[in-house]
Amino acid sequence: MSLMKYTAIELGKMIASGEISAVEAAGDCLEAIRKNEPDINAFVTVCDEQSVLKKAEEVQKKINSGELLSPIAGVPVAIKDNMCTADILTTCSSRILSNFIPPYTATAVECLESAGAVIVGKTNMDEFAMGSTTETSFYGATKNPHDKTRVPGGSSGGSAAAVAAGEVTFALGSDTGGSIRQPASHCGVVGIKPTYGTVSRYGLVAYGSSLDQIGPIAKDVSDCAAILEIISSYDTKDSTSFKRDDTDFTTALKNDVNGLKIGIPGDYFGTGLDSEVKKALLDAADVLKSRGAELEYFDLSLTEFAVPAYYIIASAEASSNLSRFDGVKYGYRTGEYENLHQMYKKTRSEGFGTEVKRRIMLGSFVLSSGYYDAYYLKALKAKNLIKQAFDKAFGKYDLIIGPVSPSTAPELGTSLDDPVKMYLGDIYTVAANLIGLPAISVPCGRDSKGLPVGMMLTGKCFDEKTVIRAAYTYEQETQI
Amino acid sequence: MKQYETVIGLEVHVELATKTKIFCGCSTRFGGEVNTHTCPVCTGMPGALPVLNKKVVEYAIAVGLATNCEINRNCRFDRKNYFYPDNPQDYQISQLYEPVCLNGHVDITVNGTGKSVGIHEIHMEEDAGKLIHEENGSMSLIDFNRSGVPLIEIVSEPDMRSAEEVISYLEKLRTTIQYLGASDCKLQEGSMRADVNLSVREEGSLVLGTRTEMKNLNSFKAISRAIDAERNRQIRIIESGKRVVQETRRWDDNKEESYSMRSKEDAQDYRYFPDPDLPGIFISQEWIDAIKADEPEFKTAKMARYAKEYGIPESDADIITDSRHMADIFEETVKLCGQPKKAANWLMVDTIRLLKENSMDPEDIRFSPENLAKLIKLNMSGTINSSVAKEVFEKMFDGDMDPESYVKEHGLAQENDEDALKATVQKVIDENPRSVEDYRNGKEKAIGFLVGQTMKAMQGKANPGIVNKILKELL
Ligand SMILES: [Zn+2]
Repeated sequence: MSLMKYTAIELGKMIASGEISAVEAAGDCLEAIRKNEPDINAFVTVCDEQSVLKKAEEVQKKINSGELLSPIAGVPVAIKDNMCTADILTTCSSRILSNFIPPYTATAVECLESAGAVIVGKTNMDEFAMGSTTETSFYGATKNPHDKTRVPGGSSGGSAAAVAAGEVTFALGSDTGGSIRQPASHCGVVGIKPTYGTVSRYGLVAYGSSLDQIGPIAKDVSDCAAILEIISSYDTKDSTSFKRDDTDFTTALKNDVNGLKIGIPGDYFGTGLDSEVKKALLDAADVLKSRGAELEYFDLSLTEFAVPAYYIIASAEASSNLSRFDGVKYGYRTGEYENLHQMYKKTRSEGFGTEVKRRIMLGSFVLSSGYYDAYYLKALKAKNLIKQAFDKAFGKYDLIIGPVSPSTAPELGTSLDDPVKMYLGDIYTVAANLIGLPAISVPCGRDSKGLPVGMMLTGKCFDEKTVIRAAYTYEQETQI
Repeated sequence: MKQYETVIGLEVHVELATKTKIFCGCSTRFGGEVNTHTCPVCTGMPGALPVLNKKVVEYAIAVGLATNCEINRNCRFDRKNYFYPDNPQDYQISQLYEPVCLNGHVDITVNGTGKSVGIHEIHMEEDAGKLIHEENGSMSLIDFNRSGVPLIEIVSEPDMRSAEEVISYLEKLRTTIQYLGASDCKLQEGSMRADVNLSVREEGSLVLGTRTEMKNLNSFKAISRAIDAERNRQIRIIESGKRVVQETRRWDDNKEESYSMRSKEDAQDYRYFPDPDLPGIFISQEWIDAIKADEPEFKTAKMARYAKEYGIPESDADIITDSRHMADIFEETVKLCGQPKKAANWLMVDTIRLLKENSMDPEDIRFSPENLAKLIKLNMSGTINSSVAKEVFEKMFDGDMDPESYVKEHGLAQENDEDALKATVQKVIDENPRSVEDYRNGKEKAIGFLVGQTMKAMQGKANPGIVNKILKELL
C-alpha cells in the first residue's frame, strides 16, 4: 500500500518516529504520482525527482538533529499552480505564464517549507482560478478520481484530485468563490477556506484580491486544522493580512457540539438543489443534532444577489489584476508584431483562454465610466446587504450549515458551454468570500452514482475553531 | 480688438524625499545601475503585493497642512488602469475617490498684489519606470528603478490669470515643500513637474473656454514661454473663427512651440476602482497634530523675524530664505559669530554668484556654518583681508574646509605690523617716484596705485588699511 493513503499527520508521525524516512515518503509520493497521472492529470508540474529527494534528505537531517518538530516535517505536498515557488514553474494553468519561473516563493508556501513539507509539484487548476471544473486549464482537464468521466470541481481541482487519488497526502488550494470547498466536495476530501486575512496572499497570483484566500485540502479535518495552523501568519508583505493570536486551530479538534446553535438557511434547500445532495446534508445535520447541536431553519434571503455581486466584484478585480500579463516582462509573448499595441493584443489574445477573456471583458465593462455606478458600486452595496444578513444570522447561530454545490460532480465537457449556469453553481459558496467568513467542506456521504457529497459549515469571522470543532465531531461520529 | 483673459490651473507632481519607494522597500536613490533598485513589487511580478510607506502619507499631510488643506481622515488608494510598458502592473496606484488632502489654498503676491490660489486636492501616487529606446529603433528597454517612487500631485483650481501668477504660485509651493523637507523640487531633474491647464475667454465672460493641457515643462522659463505661446495660439484660433480643441500638448522649449499629443477623443477610460490590496488609511487627529507640531518656520515668518531680530532688509531676507538650507546656514552662522549682516552678505552676494556660475541650487551648498563663521571672524579680526577672504571662501564653496587651517597652511595671514610693513612701503615709494609726485601734486588717486603695488609686493597679504595709513605718513 502506498504511503499516500495515510493522512499527512499520520505520515508525519511515522517519519518523526523513524518508521520511515522523509526520502522514502518523497519517493513513494513521486511513484504514486507517476502511477496516477496518466488517468488524473492533477499536476501541471511534477518536480524533478533528484531535487525532491535531495530536499527530503535535507529535511530528514533536520528531523534527526531535532531542528524540525512540526507534525508535517518530511511530508510531501502539492501546491496549486497559482502560488509562486522560486525556481519552480508557476503557470496558473495559463499559456500566458507557461514559461514563468518566479524569483520568489509565496509566504504560505514558505510557511510549509519551514515546517519541513517537501514540495513535489504544482497542481492543475482552472486558468487563473476562473472556473468550477478545472476544464479551463491550458494543460487539459483534471479528472475526478471517483469517476474519471467527471470533473474534480474547481478551480483547485488538481489539488483536490491529487489528494483524493492518493498522489499526495495534502495540498494547498486557493478559494475566491468556492475554489477550495467545491472541488473538495466533488472529490470527497476536506477543504477549508479561512477568514480573509488569515493566510498571507503574498505570492498568490491574484484573481479577486478582496476575495482570495489560500487554504489546505486534505483527507480529514485534523489534517486541515494542523496545516491551516502552519500556513496562517501575519505577513507584513500583505497589507490585508490580519494579526491574530488564535490560530492554534488544532486545539479545536474536539468531539463536542453540545449546545452549538446551527442555522439551516431554508432558501439554500429549495429548488435548484439536487434531492440526493439535499438528503445527504439533512442526514448530516441530524448527526450533529444527535450530538447535542441545536438546529433551526431560518431565511438567509438575498441569496439571489450573491452570485451576480460576486461575479461583478471578482471580474472587476481580475480585469485589473491580469493586466500585468502583457508580454513585456515575463511569460508568453506573441511571435510577430509590428508595434506595441499589436504586441499587447496578440499576446493576450493568444495567451488567455476563453473563460479568462470573458471575465476580463466583464470586469473591464463594469468598471468603465458610465457603468461603474450601475454595476460595480451596486455590487458593493449588495455585498453590504449580504453581510448584514449574515451578521443577523450570526447573532443567533454559531454556525450555518449548507450545501457546497447544487449537485455532485458533473461529467467532463458539460459545463463550459453555459457559463451562466456554471456561475450559478457557485451560489452557496461565494457569500463566504464576499464577507470573508471561514468555511469548510466535509464529505457527508455519496449520491446514488457513488459520487461524494460535501457539507459546508460556515462560521463567524475569525471563528475557524467552531467550524473545525463541528466538522471534526461530524467526521468522528460518521467514521466506520 | 477684443480683450482676452487667460485662465490657468496647474497639476504639479512632486517626488517625495523618502528613502524607500511608496509600496516596497527599494531605494529611491537617483542614478543607480539600471534595474538594481527593484523587487517583485515594483516590477509587477505575479503575486507581489504593495505595502504603503507611512512616510509618504506623512509628507502628503505636511504639504496639505502647509497649503491650508483639509486632511481626508479616511483616504484610500485607487487603481488607474492603462497599458504601457513603463507601468509594470499596467495600472498605477493613485488616488481618485478619496484623496489625502482637499480644499486648500496658497497665498501669493504678484507686483505687490496679493491673491489666493485654490488647491482642489493633493493625492499620492507611484511613479512609473523609464523607457530607453535603442537609437536604431530596433528595441526599447525598461528601467524600473523609478517605478514606485512616491509622488504627490497637487491640483490647483483654475485661479491663475498670468504666467507671473503661475511662477509665483510654483515658487511658493516649491519653497514650502523644500522647507518641509518633503522634496528637493528640482524642475530640471523632474522631482517637480508642472502640467499647465490653460484656456482663454473674452474679458468679462463667466464661461470657461476650452482648455488644453501642456506637458514637458522643465523650467520656470519654459513654463512662462509656454503659457504665453499657448495663450496666443488659442487667441489666434478663436480670432480666426475656429474652435480650440480639448487636448494634451507637448511643449518643445527649443522650438518654443507645442504640438498635440492626444485629443480628448483619444482619452482613455482608466477604469478607476479602489485598490483591494490596500486597506483604507485612517488618519487620526493625533497623527495630524504630531505632523503639525513638527512644522518648520516657513519663509514668510523667517523674513519677518530676520528684519526684527537682525535688522536684515526684506529684499535680502527674501533671497536668503528662498532656500531653507541657506536660511539654516545663515541662522547657524549668526549664532556662531554674531555677525548677521556679514553672514547675510556672504550668502547673498558671493554664494549666490558662485551658485549661478556653477549652475547649482542653494540646496547644493556644501560649506558648513562653522566654517563660514570662522571665515567671518578671521576677516573681522584682520587676520586676513577681504580679498584673501574671498579667495578662501571660493575654496570653501568648492569643498567645505576649515578656513583657519587653510590660511595657516597657505600662509595667507595678512601683515598687520606697521614696522614690518614700513620697509616694503618705503621700497614702493622709492621705486615709483612719478606716482609719489602725482600724489604730492594733489592727485589723490595715485595713492591707490601705491597701495596696490605694496599689496602686490606683499603677495596680497598686507592689511590695505594699514598700508594706506603708512603711505600717507611717509609721503
Ligand atoms: Zn521594489
